[in-house]
Amino acid sequence: MRFALERRAERSALVAIASPLIAVALTLVTMAALFGVLGKNPVTVLGVYFLDPLTDPFTLQEIAVKATPLVMIAVGLALCYIANVWNIGAEGQFIIGAVAGSWLAVVTQGTDAGPWVLPVMLVLGALGGALYALIPAICRVRFGASEILVSLMLVYVADLLMDFLVRGPWRDPHGLNFPTTAEFDPVATVPALIEGSRLHAGAILAVLVVMLASAVLGRTLRGFEIRVVGAAPKAATFGGFNANRLVLFCFAVSGALAGLAGVIEVAGPIGHLQPGISPGYGFTAIIVAFLGRLNPVGILVAGLFLALTFIGGEGAQISLKVPLDLTKVFQGILLFYVLACDTLIVHRIRQIATPRRPAPGHA
Amino acid sequence: MPDQTPVTASAPQPLFQAIGISKRFGDLVGNDAVSADLMPHEIHALLGENGAGKSTLVKIMYGLIQPSSGELRWQGEKVELANPAQARALGIGMVLQHFSLFENLTVAENVALGLTSAEPFARLSARLAEVSRAYGLPLEPRREVWRLSVGERQRIEIVRALMQNPKLLILDEPTAVLTPGEADQLFAVLRRLKEEGRAILYISHKLDEVKRLCDTATILRAGRKIATCDPRRETAASLARMMVGAEVGPVRPSSARRTSVPRLVVTNLSLEPDDPHGTRLKSISLAVKGGEILGIAGVAGNGQDELFAALSGERISPDGGNVVIDGEAVGISSVSERRRRGAAFVPDERLGHATAPRMPLSENALLTGHAAGGMVRHGFVRRPAMLAMVDRVTAAFDVRKAKRDPEALSLSGGNLQKFVVGREILREPGVLVVNQPTWGVDAGATAVIRQALIDLAGRGSAVLVISQDLDELLEIADRIAVMFHGSLSAPLDKAAASRERLGLLMGGSSTDDGAAEEAGHALRA
Repeated sequence: MRFALERRAERSALVAIASPLIAVALTLVTMAALFGVLGKNPVTVLGVYFLDPLTDPFTLQEIAVKATPLVMIAVGLALCYIANVWNIGAEGQFIIGAVAGSWLAVVTQGTDAGPWVLPVMLVLGALGGALYALIPAICRVRFGASEILVSLMLVYVADLLMDFLVRGPWRDPHGLNFPTTAEFDPVATVPALIEGSRLHAGAILAVLVVMLASAVLGRTLRGFEIRVVGAAPKAATFGGFNANRLVLFCFAVSGALAGLAGVIEVAGPIGHLQPGISPGYGFTAIIVAFLGRLNPVGILVAGLFLALTFIGGEGAQISLKVPLDLTKVFQGILLFYVLACDTLIVHRIRQIATPRRPAPGHA
Repeated sequence: MPDQTPVTASAPQPLFQAIGISKRFGDLVGNDAVSADLMPHEIHALLGENGAGKSTLVKIMYGLIQPSSGELRWQGEKVELANPAQARALGIGMVLQHFSLFENLTVAENVALGLTSAEPFARLSARLAEVSRAYGLPLEPRREVWRLSVGERQRIEIVRALMQNPKLLILDEPTAVLTPGEADQLFAVLRRLKEEGRAILYISHKLDEVKRLCDTATILRAGRKIATCDPRRETAASLARMMVGAEVGPVRPSSARRTSVPRLVVTNLSLEPDDPHGTRLKSISLAVKGGEILGIAGVAGNGQDELFAALSGERISPDGGNVVIDGEAVGISSVSERRRRGAAFVPDERLGHATAPRMPLSENALLTGHAAGGMVRHGFVRRPAMLAMVDRVTAAFDVRKAKRDPEALSLSGGNLQKFVVGREILREPGVLVVNQPTWGVDAGATAVIRQALIDLAGRGSAVLVISQDLDELLEIADRIAVMFHGSLSAPLDKAAASRERLGLLMGGSSTDDGAAEEAGHALRA
């Protein structure tokens, strides 16, 4: 008895929906085994990870707070990945967006600047992220450099730039030498949705981004262009679409969304610029994009789920002393299974009988 | 002769038999109780329209799919073929219509991957060169496949199959990309293989060819065997009637054929190729008037694809003035701008170039219709307009498909080609450039497409047809020019364009024959 992968005549719509669910189930089984090896009761740990956060209004809000940047970044990345353009550096674009927006917050600190500050910060953040993302895009279009490597390396450049700024020129003079800017003024802060909560208006923006991206992908010529360049580049050229221009477009849009997420994060839940503003949102968003099937609405769901793993991981560390790094292990395993299960959309597993050897002498 | 050991003739027992083969795909019947006996020393034709079940039967014989019922017998013994490796082990070789080649590997590497022997690579390369030379199928073993033309790729498949020294060789539409001369060479090869005692299963839509070459023909229609006959005793018309189930007439010349001013003019177009192994276009000049069809003949890989790309705008010519559509220089215009000027294009590869294979037909209508088709408003696509286009093409060109808007990939070759051609013709282009309009397409679809091209010219459009099928050009073109090594000969009027004269130009040779001499001069000019 053997099994073989057989190409399907048409993509299976059923498996396309089921594949992320299968991947999640396989990940849970693997994690349970891992917890067992660590000497914990798998059922208890999974409960703390995935159920406890859903029972408390505070953690529910925290899930939305964490999902906001994940979803915004992942939507931009999905546009890239659909077009077969590989932006891996959203983490860097996120940081540069945060830095660009923070600049205005820092220079208007303590002045009586009006309510225009926050909108301009958001624009600066998006612009910063977009420009930063255009560096790998231009390198690819002009010089044929791998956008995967260039965008990834620029993450570290961005990280060190921010580090320099908050330790040097932008450091809060009254901050006891901590590497951080001063707390942003109220006009430079994203308003909370509920009084006293960390849930902020950025969450609404993330939902708007999802809706907008859905409309662009499904209903506009640009969305068609993105899909056809990714799916059949030669046909796209024949259709009159310029693949190079699309590389620039995709990087600019995904960079802008990552930058916007960055500035919202510092002007919202964090309230100032400091190292470690991101627990790896830019990388986790890659998993979110694939788990959400590169579909904006799917990404919304996947973003909430991945946010749950962040919150659940913190909870498990506090109450069960499970290492926080297991959250990253979880996310890595999940991406692995998602990509593996995607194979089943265009292939099916067929059981084949043990082949009968042809009679000797005829060969 | 390379190490192709002759197969000794045995008793007149069939080498390979299909007995009552049926295959169902869900509700669809691919084959319905089909039987065929393949004899050694025999070239057996398998005739049928697209969707008649030829591919299904052949895939079953090669172990690619398993029959729902019925059995296969090899030299009288029942066999089950679970996969192609088993079929090859028995001695069945196959040349597929859709090539299964790795683009980034060389010719020799592709052949090595297809063979199961542990032969050292160097020896295999040498044997490859030897076999290809012996059978007149020249190949450069170290060339990467993606640089090769369709015709050259097919040679790899044929040579790969021959290197396994098969007792039964299955060929799917092998002459579709060959010149008459090359086809004759192939026929000589096939006759030699037949003399050696091998059985050959030959799938073709070209009835004349089948009559010339084959000893037996099995005709399929709608999954059933209609007849087994001796094609030499049939007429092309009687074969076509059995195949289609109705009369297939020759194309009708358009009634009001008046040529007017030139609508597509190319002047001294020279273009370096994109990649080092492409063909350089050398000072190409041509003019197509409204109301006429200009044919461009030539063997694959002589610059036809490069010329098509320069005309369509997929490649921009640096000197913008040398491509003119309806009086406007468009050499530096994009594909979309050329479409807006009323030009339309049909490339030779149906899947991946003319269409995005995994996208539905409606989106493939949008692919070439977005620039000038009313399918986009304010950047938003209009799905009803796209579906309406699909329906119009379906109705006008009789495109057969399982549902209203299936993925391009799910259509048969002939039906997808009708869609791809119809999509452009229904836009009533002033200039139509089409590359290989009927490559690998069945007789019914071929007739529909050729008629549509003639009718379009009849309505006053300029039509440029690039084709390796001389019969096609002789049937529909008013004038024929020949491409060779990136140069284009002066066009010959249909009356002067004999098969022999064109054949010589296609080979790039000038002989002592006066006409060819003259043509050769035209070529160099």
